[in-house]
Amino acid sequence: MYLLDIKDITYRVKEKEIFSGLSLAIEPEEVHAILGKNGTGKSTLAYLVMGCESYIPTSGVILFEGKIINDLKIHERAQLGITLAWQEPVRLEGISVRDYLTLKKKERNPSIYLEMVGLSPELYLNRIMDKSLSGGERKRIELASIVALEPKLAVLDEPDSGIDMLSIQDIINVINVLKKNGAAVLLITHREEIAKIADRASQICNGKIICSGDPQMVAQYYKSRKCEVCIAGVCAYV
Amino acid sequence: MSELKELMKVFGESGGDNSILAREDIAHFVASGHKILSTRATEGLKIQAEETDTGIAARVRVLEGIVIKNPVHLCFGILHKKGIQEIRMNIQIERGASVRFIAHCIFPKAEKVRHIMDAVVEIGEDAEMRYSEVHYHGPYGGIEVIPKAVVKVGKNGRYFSDFSLITGRVGKLGIDYAVEAGENAIIELIARVFGHGDDRISIKEKVALDGENSRGLIKTRVALEDKAEAEVTGITQGNAAGARGHVDCMEIVKDSAVAKAIPIVNVTHPLAKVTHEAAIGSVDKRQLETLMAHGLTPEEAVDVIVKGILK
Ligand SMILES: Nc1ncnc2c1ncn2[C@@H]1O[C@H](COP(=O)(O)OP(=O)(O)OP(=O)(O)O)[C@@H](O)[C@H]1O
Ligand SMILES: [Mg+2]
Repeated sequence: MYLLDIKDITYRVKEKEIFSGLSLAIEPEEVHAILGKNGTGKSTLAYLVMGCESYIPTSGVILFEGKIINDLKIHERAQLGITLAWQEPVRLEGISVRDYLTLKKKERNPSIYLEMVGLSPELYLNRIMDKSLSGGERKRIELASIVALEPKLAVLDEPDSGIDMLSIQDIINVINVLKKNGAAVLLITHREEIAKIADRASQICNGKIICSGDPQMVAQYYKSRKCEVCIAGVCAYV
Repeated sequence: MSELKELMKVFGESGGDNSILAREDIAHFVASGHKILSTRATEGLKIQAEETDTGIAARVRVLEGIVIKNPVHLCFGILHKKGIQEIRMNIQIERGASVRFIAHCIFPKAEKVRHIMDAVVEIGEDAEMRYSEVHYHGPYGGIEVIPKAVVKVGKNGRYFSDFSLITGRVGKLGIDYAVEAGENAIIELIARVFGHGDDRISIKEKVALDGENSRGLIKTRVALEDKAEAEVTGITQGNAAGARGHVDCMEIVKDSAVAKAIPIVNVTHPLAKVTHEAAIGSVDKRQLETLMAHGLTPEEAVDVIVKGILK
């Protein structure tokens, strides 16, 4: 049985059809990279999987461990083991990094998760999650919090954005730790070196998955695309 | 139980540290209703207080150059359901002196209580005063609290005040603070209030940056639920060269609560600059969704966000 099984979903915002029959299945413990140009709907896919407000497919179903989750709220999906690291993590006034990493499990030691993302616990545990954190620091803390949740499925929306070039290995380590802890990862990224570590990859184009398989192959296909802007039909590969 | 014991019991329950009364190195002043129950001064601190028909009149002085290490605890309260307490305070922090006050205002059973605080504060050159005031008004909301302060801060002086009323009901609250800042002075006024039921909250804080290079910050955090209402007025005047002021007001509303923010910035010197930001609304959706993606229920998530903002 697949862990996540997205079956033939369509999704429309206002006039724009973002997905028209998108299907994607992920095995337990699989790291699956999603590639696609800006605006193809990668973040939208993440919100549909997490169940964010007003992100309900117009048709088609999303199954998690065999159960349809279309109607479940975010926290209900989170309780099943799904979580999401947003592309732009929010700021939270008055909440310390320590509080944030132990939201549900007060007794747990948050230090190891910070170390995992290359942040020193002494310097960061008591920092407040507000504007005073830099964008990259905030991203790292978000990743640490995702590992701490021990999810079954982690959706990571561009975990590498805002992370300096020298620290890409930190992100790769986090993905490997998630996997080692038994999580599957839906990994949205624009970077080939990150996509490369996935077990499989898929390219989204024109509201569908147009290419799926070995990450190197998909990345190659993605790079050789002929269209600058998506005009349906050119992509013969499926 | 003696009145003092009873007051200190509530004091402890509302987060205060009961052991401070016994400590000789910690100054304190405790009054219940119109009665002075206990007082201790330490070196360089003068407390002159008397009981009046309606409350207490006190003169507090920190002598020149004295740095008081431990916070001075002030505790005011009414333990009965009904009553009035009018505190008139005159505080003088002399040149180069430094002190921190922690005031606890406790009205656990208030059904028909009125508490008025009327403070006149003078902070001398190079002197510093920190003033935290924590209120507990009990569960009934039958109270009217009117804290009023007029503060003058001298050259290089610093004044930090922090008002908080975040547990239990508010009742009716009418804060009215006005601060004048001298040259190089630094002013920070923070207020945090959580309103419930039919609580009525009015917060008016004014900072006049009269001295060159003076600095002012007015920060207000209000959360409201049920039918509570709040109006927050933050006034900053930039009247001198290099004066910098900021007004920052955030109000979160739930249910049918009503919030209003009125930032007034007024600059009379071309080299002064005052900015303001005000955000009023329900809980931020993205914050909520993030916490829910971490497994919190919507109710738990709102609670975490509101507590964070009031922290
Ligand atoms: N509320 C909305 N109203 C109209 N269009 C929307 C709305 N939300 C998203 N879109 C559009 O849907 C498309 C998909 O957006 P999405 O954020 O999922 O793209 P993305 O693939 O994540 O892009 P990026 O690589 O830039 O992060 C975009 O064209 C976007 O403009
Ligand atoms: Mg995106």
